[in-house]
Amino acid sequence: MAILINEKTRVLVQGITGREGRARTKLMKGYGTNVVAGVTPGKGGQEVEGVPVFDSVYEALEKVGEINASAIFVPAPLVKSAALEAIDAGIKLLLLVPDRVPIHDVLEIAAHAERRGAKFIGPNTLGVLSPGRAVLGMIGGRPETAKQWFNKGDIGVSSRSGGITSAISYYISRAGFGLSTIVHVGGDAVVGLPHPDIMKLFQQDPETKMMVMFGEIGTTQEERVAEMIEKGEITKPVVAFIGGKAAKEGTRFSHAGAIVEGGRGSYASKVEKLKKAGAYIAESLMDIPKVVAEVRKKHGLD
Amino acid sequence: MARLYEYQGKKILKLSGIKIPEGDVANTPKQAKEITERLGPPVVLKIQVWSKGRAEIGGVKFANSPEEAEQIASALLGIKVKNFIVEKLLVEKKADIDRELFAGIIIDDYHKKPMLVFSSIGGTGIEEIAREHPEAILTQHIDVLEGFPEYRARKLLTKMGFKGKILVKLSSTLSKLYKAFREYDARSAEINPLVITVDGEVVALDCHITIDDYAVYRHSDLGIEIAREFDRPPTELEKIAYKVEEKDYRGTFYFFQMTEKPDPAENYIGFHGAGGGGSMMSMDAVLKRGFKIANFTDTSGNPPASKVYRAAKIILSQPGIVGYFASGSGVASQEQFNSARGLVKAFMEDQIEIPAVLRLGGNYEEKAIEILETFSKFIPAKIEGYGRDDSPEFCADRLAELIKEGGRKVHRVKPIEEYKPPKGVYSFNTLTGKVFIDHSACAKCERKVCVDACSYGVLKFENGRPVLAIAEEDAGKGKCTECLACELACFLEGKKAIHIELPIPGLKEYREKILKEGE
Repeated sequence: MAILINEKTRVLVQGITGREGRARTKLMKGYGTNVVAGVTPGKGGQEVEGVPVFDSVYEALEKVGEINASAIFVPAPLVKSAALEAIDAGIKLLLLVPDRVPIHDVLEIAAHAERRGAKFIGPNTLGVLSPGRAVLGMIGGRPETAKQWFNKGDIGVSSRSGGITSAISYYISRAGFGLSTIVHVGGDAVVGLPHPDIMKLFQQDPETKMMVMFGEIGTTQEERVAEMIEKGEITKPVVAFIGGKAAKEGTRFSHAGAIVEGGRGSYASKVEKLKKAGAYIAESLMDIPKVVAEVRKKHGLD
Repeated sequence: MARLYEYQGKKILKLSGIKIPEGDVANTPKQAKEITERLGPPVVLKIQVWSKGRAEIGGVKFANSPEEAEQIASALLGIKVKNFIVEKLLVEKKADIDRELFAGIIIDDYHKKPMLVFSSIGGTGIEEIAREHPEAILTQHIDVLEGFPEYRARKLLTKMGFKGKILVKLSSTLSKLYKAFREYDARSAEINPLVITVDGEVVALDCHITIDDYAVYRHSDLGIEIAREFDRPPTELEKIAYKVEEKDYRGTFYFFQMTEKPDPAENYIGFHGAGGGGSMMSMDAVLKRGFKIANFTDTSGNPPASKVYRAAKIILSQPGIVGYFASGSGVASQEQFNSARGLVKAFMEDQIEIPAVLRLGGNYEEKAIEILETFSKFIPAKIEGYGRDDSPEFCADRLAELIKEGGRKVHRVKPIEEYKPPKGVYSFNTLTGKVFIDHSACAKCERKVCVDACSYGVLKFENGRPVLAIAEEDAGKGKCTECLACELACFLEGKKAIHIELPIPGLKEYREKILKEGE
């Protein structure tokens, strides 16, 4: 099963002829992802890594048939236009890889996605990888390393940092455990599928038996996961590690933010709420495999 | 989030049609006097700093005559508030306040929508008011595709008991505030207090606006120097670093100084992280080991070698550091040989004498570590490279040991020597630099490793000399990725005929200044 992506998912790459688009298409194809088409306006007719390139998403759909997901590798100022084209063409899952996408562009993408029943991951994401099945985005760098680093198994990983997504997953694999799907939700304040949405998908996935979550200070994603555990919406064990303990709390400039969020968003708030709800807290990244082993033993997962 | 000063925020509000008090900015006491004469007293003088609670620290004063305004201005200009020297005062006509309200728009990350926050009680202490009087607070999500027309604002405000002309003026203000928020890519836009004056006008008396860092490029008119959240003015070196980032969209480069003058007696190191989470984790490891970091730097998102090189050169412009530490998550997807090449080019040029521990784990880490090992013999200091199976804690320990073994040398900043191309040199432009190839040296070369080293097929041989294999225009647009492979291969095995010039505007002058101060 896995979540969001598997070997059957038919993938489009927008911005396929650029530096990143080319390199990541090579990774995706080499790993086993079913990349069916690419789009770069003005460059239709070419091929990249054996993938046909079209001038528009509409044309790609017409020529190759069904497309389930689009990975977007265009420069940040062009992401909005690429995403809106994919949503308009009817694609239901988008991956917005670039960093530095203006937040108001993300709000517009979100509004259109909501109306059309589409979902998006990112922006500022490395992507999603289901070991042994497929990768969407750039996790793992190259097919050889991606295959070598991540074992197939029953642990779902969701992380707000790209490098940490790979690090957690690698260290878990090295400890002898395996992964169902690993997701980098994206590093920005507003992302399409934050932790709570990913946790919900893992909860529904029969193959996933437990989850590991890497949170950071800011936003209320981790607090909302705690609430879901408390309400019984998440029943599978969750191991959490929150980064940014040493970071000093910034002096807030905004009153409205403080009025609405109250005390949420800080390291202390996240750890306390998660602990209270029954999640297992790892004190450092390197401790995660150890905590995972303990939790598996306690819940009889081996 | 890039912060705007009150006077800048008010300019935006005014352009959007919101009423603000009449006034102007004074940089000198004389200007304060003239503005007061023009407006007619009484006036209010407000220091322009990024700080809440200016009134409590005496930064807001009233004057009843131009002379008094001049006196107050000379007392306020030049004082230090937190990390700011007050350079500007906003001088405004004093308003006759009947009632104070609060209006703000922020972005709700959960619903992925802007949210209006309005309070029928405003002014100082708004956060406490909100806790004690939740009934006075109204929140409302806004659909970006529909906007926030006045009739929607009227519907909301009617429920809160506003009527007649005030209702109309208030709803128009809220609708315009939303328009300004969208048009200027704001992360937050707040008016506090929003006042109703004795003569029935709705006026924005103070405002806080922050602009999305990622959208600052759309608003050059705002004059934002560095699109980042600072609680102090940026340092000179930070400005130089930001110029590098601003002009190069490939990957991310972030540079923040903890101190401008690292004390050589303390354990300051140059810190070079990769990726937000990995950098934080690595920073924790060195802090735990008793180091202090002079700067926080992050190069990630698959940056080209040229960007990593520039980051290293900027980090190495800080005198007083005793070590160099680079570390990210340890399992990076980015091609780590780019980081390795950028680092060794900078280390060789500057001939560093302080030890460096570089944890370049992840994609192509073996190649990255090999590059570090190969070139370490051209660098006076000890350089060690590590990978994904070496923890940040272990690497921090290694740096401490190397510093001890090396007798704890203190970094000396080197002047930047201008490259003087030999006569008849072959050259072409890259996206952010220029490649020079001395073909007279190539004539004596038997190794010919440069063309093979370029994995992007940018170079080819013509009569035994390396030249562009692609159009010069394409090389300049980014087809040459500035990976530095040809330069380093030629340095190692060829005739040292290739030089890639990667300018960093302002750094030469900055280093000269640092060197002069050190004398």
